[in-house]
Amino acid sequence: MRRWLLLLLPLGFVGIALFFYQGLSRDPSQRDSALMARDFPTFSATTLSDETRRVDESLLRGQATLVNVWGEWCPACKQEMPQLLELADHGIRLVGVNYRDTREKGAEFLEEYGNPFEVNVFDPDGSLGFDLGVYGAPETFLVDREGVIRYHHKGYISPEDVRAQILPEVEKWQ
Amino acid sequence: MIRRLGLLLALMLVAASALAAIDVRDFSDPVLERRYVDLTASMRCPLCENQAIDDSNAPIAADMRQRVFELLHQGQSDSEIVNHMVERFGEYILYNPRLENRTYLLWGIPVALVVLAALVLALIVRGRRQASARALNLEERARLDALIDEEKTP
Repeated sequence: MRRWLLLLLPLGFVGIALFFYQGLSRDPSQRDSALMARDFPTFSATTLSDETRRVDESLLRGQATLVNVWGEWCPACKQEMPQLLELADHGIRLVGVNYRDTREKGAEFLEEYGNPFEVNVFDPDGSLGFDLGVYGAPETFLVDREGVIRYHHKGYISPEDVRAQILPEVEKWQ
Repeated sequence: MIRRLGLLLALMLVAASALAAIDVRDFSDPVLERRYVDLTASMRCPLCENQAIDDSNAPIAADMRQRVFELLHQGQSDSEIVNHMVERFGEYILYNPRLENRTYLLWGIPVALVVLAALVLALIVRGRRQASARALNLEERARLDALIDEEKTP
């Protein structure tokens, strides 16, 4: 009887050790967005190129759209521009959110690195970014035709990510 | 020389703490200020992984502090403010995860372990007691009595 109880000790230890080990091997920065499967947040803002034009969340209805949050101050955003241009070449609709930036810098950026975006929402104070739960650029959201967020990519999009993740996800929700 | 180094070090520490005091907020109400301090200490910065937002220089932490400040002045309750943040940044930001289906195991394991330990302890104690109080046969009883008598009569 007591022998059997002693066996519980190593078993319990192994159980707890496995549990913690599995926790250790997880990357805490790779977690799902809290907005997954929820409506794109409501907003009202001007566009980067035209301060008299106002846009809101209805911009994202009717067609699956990739929403990319970027800023001129963000080096990884520059590096992922070729990939975004490639996605636009595939006929995918891209909308940019110019996050915590100025109109001049934003325009310069598009001039230099190309413009894959149908339109850019101008978000100088980061309020739309905040409602999206963005805590660093670049971040990319896939919004389906109903305006629901279906996929979230945190950080730089590599050419490999385009093939392995972005394109299949867009296909799924188009 | 050593004293001078020490002074330099102390000055550097003072400078660092001056930098850490990032924003000055004007609270008319000390209760609001208290709640602000508690709320910003209870939320984890989403970017910097193990700093509370009151302790972090990350831009997003500053944004979150600002939002907490605004919501407090709009008269929102603590739980409304926490919900506001969790809706945007996820459960991740809570240093105290809420009790719900997903976290039963997390909160339950320590309780379960304590109960288990108590149970094992009770079993062991009971086992010992039974062993010591086990009935003696006639011969043993006689020997025990003899031993006790021996002790009594010096």
